[in-house]
Amino acid sequence: MKKINCLLIVLFFTGIVSAQDKYFTKTGKVTFDATSPGSPEQVEAIHKSVLCVLDSKTGNMQFAVTMKGFEFERALMQEHFNENYIESDQFPKSEFKGIISNNSSVNYTTNGEYKVSVKGKLTMHGITKDIETTGSLIIKNGKIATNSVFTVLLADYKISIPGLVADKVSKTAKIVVNCLLDPLPVK
Amino acid sequence: MKKQTHFAVVLFILICSFKVKAQETEDLLSLVDSGKTGKTFIKSAFKSTRVINGHSMEFLSPGTMDFRILHRFGQLDQGYKNFFGLDQASMRMGFDFGLYRNLMIGVGRSTYKKELDGYFKYAPVMQSTGNKSFPMTVAIAAGITMNTSPWADPTIKNYFSSRLAYYYQLILGRKFSERFTLQLTPTMVHTNLVAIHTQPNDVFALGAGARLKLTKRIALTGDYFHLFNGIEQGVNYQPLSIGVDIETGGHVFQLHFSNATGMNERAFINETTTRWGKGEIRFGFNLSRVFQLKKKAKTDS
Repeated sequence: MKKINCLLIVLFFTGIVSAQDKYFTKTGKVTFDATSPGSPEQVEAIHKSVLCVLDSKTGNMQFAVTMKGFEFERALMQEHFNENYIESDQFPKSEFKGIISNNSSVNYTTNGEYKVSVKGKLTMHGITKDIETTGSLIIKNGKIATNSVFTVLLADYKISIPGLVADKVSKTAKIVVNCLLDPLPVK
Repeated sequence: MKKQTHFAVVLFILICSFKVKAQETEDLLSLVDSGKTGKTFIKSAFKSTRVINGHSMEFLSPGTMDFRILHRFGQLDQGYKNFFGLDQASMRMGFDFGLYRNLMIGVGRSTYKKELDGYFKYAPVMQSTGNKSFPMTVAIAAGITMNTSPWADPTIKNYFSSRLAYYYQLILGRKFSERFTLQLTPTMVHTNLVAIHTQPNDVFALGAGARLKLTKRIALTGDYFHLFNGIEQGVNYQPLSIGVDIETGGHVFQLHFSNATGMNERAFINETTTRWGKGEIRFGFNLSRVFQLKKKAKTDS
């Protein structure tokens, strides 16, 4: 009986410990810039409610972005982004599921900046592609700031840029990711 | 026996915890994503705030201005000598402003009767998806028109109010799919002074407008108003327009054929004097260019 109680307590604690391995945010930022060189107007947008979860134990890292949440300076550009390019009624979400390849070199309990490389699958506009990028994790007092910059080829995701707007919209998009992760509370 | 049940419970918990763990590595996002989607309003039911002639269920985004140039040419049956009607043109220039996501106002001036017009359009409920969604947009539009041409008979006493007419419209619309949108627009037009005593001051009409999207940037549109009174045999007819919307990024071109020449509600509902059946069709176009007046505050950190 006692043994079992002990076992239960141990189980309970392992539950807590494993939950504290995870960090998350619901207010991550993603910006993209698809401006053609020499374009009179900036084709760029910002998203301020990106979901991100990081499992420090396994190095698994996942992001989710609702396409309609991208904010543009020009309202018409935002409408066209949703209607003609990313088709957000059909493909409302973009996701990245990947893993930090050098996770073992990151010490999550000490403050500091770590260079990491991330490998995974990016799903956007209904198409999934393997991508690999580098970034940094800055650990400060139990919180993690993640930063990464990478470029995607829009044609890879079947986002076509008609010739009419090619002087404004580039064939590639530079994507910047910035998230500040808090420890995931135990439920 | 008791020991065994305890053991079974522990085993059960263990299995459960393993199961949870296995799922966690698969989908971390489900830990924080409630799965609920917030209310989002349907956009792009039409390419423009007008179907062709009549108001559409679409609103301008807040902080934008739509500069609209409308042309209506002469009858096609005038043939080669008048270049199928293109020799004559009547036009309207208009400025529309988006104030809120569900409120817009506009002013315009038409060459026909040198008429000024102004209106507002407001939607108390808009079609939306997600939490607390609503299946359709309900909007009202109300406008006033003012004839500024010289008095027909300056020798009699003329009243300023004689220049004015009003219209009230209910817009019930639904974007059924990415491709298809349909709306009904019951309308009343009140004219203070009518030309002949047999014409009613209040004309009631039911409008119908539809869009069928062919490609991302091209759509077929149709616009029809059925008048319940005020139709006089041989004088005026029901306005019907069929057209194509072409969006080029910054501009929307609405090319169409219609039997109406009027470019405000009073003019095209009350004064459509030609008919499709006799080949008295006209070519026309609306050109819309949207400008961003108010830059959104960029809170990039």
